[in-house]
Amino acid sequence: MDLIASWLGNTPDFAVPFALAALGLIITERAGVLSLGAEGLMLVGALAGIGAQLAYGSAELSLLIAMLSASVVSILFAIMVVLLRINQVIAGLSLVFFCQGLTGLLGTLWGWTNRPVSGMSSISLWPLSELPLIGKVFVQNPVVYLTPLIFLAVVWFLTRSGTGLRLRAVGENPQAADSVGIPVLWYRVAAILAGAALIGLAGGYLSVLSTKLWIADMTGGRGWIAIALVIFARWYPWRALMGALLFGCVEALIPQLAAAGIRLPQYFILMTPYAVTLGVMIWVAASKRAGGEQPGALGIPFVREERR
Amino acid sequence: MSKHNAIQLVGIEKSFDGFKALSHANFTAKWGEVHALLGENGAGKSSLMNIAAGLYAPEAGSLLIDDNEVRLSGPRAASEHRIGMVHQHFKLVRPFTVAENILLGLRNAGAGGFRTRLRKLEREIVAKAEQLGFAVDPRKPAAALSVAEQQRVEILKVLLAGARILILDEPTAVLTDQEAERLLTTVHAFARSGAAVILVTHKMADVIRYADQVTVMRAGRTVQTLDPRSISADELVRLTVGESAPAGEYQAGSRGEERLAVKDLRSVASAGERGMLAGVNLRLHAGEIYGLAGVGGNGQSELANALMGLPGATEGEIELIGVGDLRSASTERRRELGIAAIPADRYGAALAADLSIIDNFCIGQIHSGRYGAFWRLKRSQMETDVAEAIRTFDVQGVRSLRQKAALLSGGNAQKLVIAREFSRKVKLVFAHSPSRGLDVRAAQAVHTRLRAARDAGAAVLLISEDLDEVLTLADRIGVMNSGRIVAEFDRPADRQAIGKAMVDHV
Repeated sequence: MDLIASWLGNTPDFAVPFALAALGLIITERAGVLSLGAEGLMLVGALAGIGAQLAYGSAELSLLIAMLSASVVSILFAIMVVLLRINQVIAGLSLVFFCQGLTGLLGTLWGWTNRPVSGMSSISLWPLSELPLIGKVFVQNPVVYLTPLIFLAVVWFLTRSGTGLRLRAVGENPQAADSVGIPVLWYRVAAILAGAALIGLAGGYLSVLSTKLWIADMTGGRGWIAIALVIFARWYPWRALMGALLFGCVEALIPQLAAAGIRLPQYFILMTPYAVTLGVMIWVAASKRAGGEQPGALGIPFVREERR
Repeated sequence: MSKHNAIQLVGIEKSFDGFKALSHANFTAKWGEVHALLGENGAGKSSLMNIAAGLYAPEAGSLLIDDNEVRLSGPRAASEHRIGMVHQHFKLVRPFTVAENILLGLRNAGAGGFRTRLRKLEREIVAKAEQLGFAVDPRKPAAALSVAEQQRVEILKVLLAGARILILDEPTAVLTDQEAERLLTTVHAFARSGAAVILVTHKMADVIRYADQVTVMRAGRTVQTLDPRSISADELVRLTVGESAPAGEYQAGSRGEERLAVKDLRSVASAGERGMLAGVNLRLHAGEIYGLAGVGGNGQSELANALMGLPGATEGEIELIGVGDLRSASTERRRELGIAAIPADRYGAALAADLSIIDNFCIGQIHSGRYGAFWRLKRSQMETDVAEAIRTFDVQGVRSLRQKAALLSGGNAQKLVIAREFSRKVKLVFAHSPSRGLDVRAAQAVHTRLRAARDAGAAVLLISEDLDEVLTLADRIGVMNSGRIVAEFDRPADRQAIGKAMVDHV
């Protein structure tokens, strides 16, 4: 019983980085930019968050700096794919490798590795936190509670605002958007920066609030899982949140199994999230559910003066 | 009726990758008029109008609105000057509803929350549509609309954005006769109400019936502006093509043995879709052109897909005499059998739009080994062949053999398709709307090729919604209606009777 209680209680903490990264990806990809650089941007956010936390000691400020630094790094990506129209797959992959190298180097250089930080204290939602079994779900750090609100805001923006409508138009049919005077390239740049900020927040959350320390390559493939999650969610934020909870469950189970004394090979356990990712992807591809195609112009650079 | 200048383009120059698309083009449209811009494919009509709509920036020349010089920084600026353009390739966001698509084009959508504005806009759309004489469901997604409906949405989009100078690029190319007539009557009334309408077209009939003024373009230059009623249709054609193009006239073929028998061909109805083909029976003979007429959407596309081997499940039989059922034949086998296909969707099914001209041409014979086996390509052989084909089939606008096929204009893209299909011995030709969207001369070139194929002994099936085309070319005429061939006519065919069979029945 205790086992299940603590498993459920840990799930939100594991789910938040997936959820925020996936949401950031949805914003970017709804504008038609294929963003494979999530893993790298998460690392940038994680390192910047820890650095700021060590320097200033404020978790809120650290998270803001994590968002900001990921956005700054993504300017590089925006220049590559929007202005220079480099293949978005290649640009995304190179961004990941660049960030992996850079954060590893800087983390070692500045001696930020393995220095624990305090994070944020948990808030209990009384009386929910007193419930049996699921009580621990309502004892979380503030960002966990903030995450659904961020989702709400983004969903509102995408579906119930003129700017969101234009952003989606840019991702579905940039020629049409251009013909009514929407500045396609600026929308894409803005979407990349905004998306990167959320991905950076996911990274900052991971280092500052979740593990509470920095280790090189600490994201361990979560950025890639977020990309798979977005495909699984067919670019719908709420479905992505559900998916993030599912992955959070799987990840939260791993330490519980170890604590319960169930002996499984270590690498088998570490493999499970990816195995689940693969399974989910295959299921999505095979089931071909109705509704929700990928954005029509995803991954296609926009040029105006090309005649048909 | 006021006769002040609405929009003036003076001395416009524009080139694309070194290709001069416009040189010293001048154009003036007045308020209260329908002004036609007439010219062949690739004459520069669309380029000139894209400049007027702020989509392209000219290299030289000026733009005047109400006799004041303006600079358009983009489509938004054009919209502020109340210029609206309906493009030939519609610019709608397919998953969005009609209202959402129209909302995108509005500069200031009014006060209130997003939902309130959208609901208000939906009411405005219905009202405006009613005023123009048609009905539109503002909550339907654009992807679910027919071509004619999409065009109406495009027109509503620019009108609700406040356009008073309306540019329509080839508006009737995708419409049936009745739809085209309704559209042109509507825009004519719109012009009479004090607006300015620019009608980009290559259809003489539309110009003569609906335009107050016509400007003729040829090879990137504006040739002349005149009243279309002041000269004869023949003279207008001569102005457009530069020289007198021979009028299409029927030439009889000599019918040979039976070559193809289609027996009770039916679509397999899938979930949510009814089968379009309801038992097609058809016999094709060597040395004849069989023209299949009919109002669009009566199963022609499905029949063409089935015959050409494009996707779509069918029951029944398509028997190539002496060979067997074609339905299971692979594309490679079809080509071996000498079957040529000219699909209606030029850039989608006939050409690989993103591949080069040379690749598009040579892929047709890649299996034959003419261009080398699988480990090697004879590049020089390919280049020689394609250069010769381009000369023989008069494909124009080729800046380089490596340029994307998508950059060819409609007529020249079609010539490239025909060059590929007819550069070998063909026994059976399937052509679906082969001259749709083409100007007089390009259409005639297509017709000449089809006749030549027939005279060389091929069986030709011409599926076309253009009755004039069918009447000029076909030796036998079938009429398709509701997924069946409801009537067949031998020469000389009675136009009235064919027209009746097209609209009558079921």
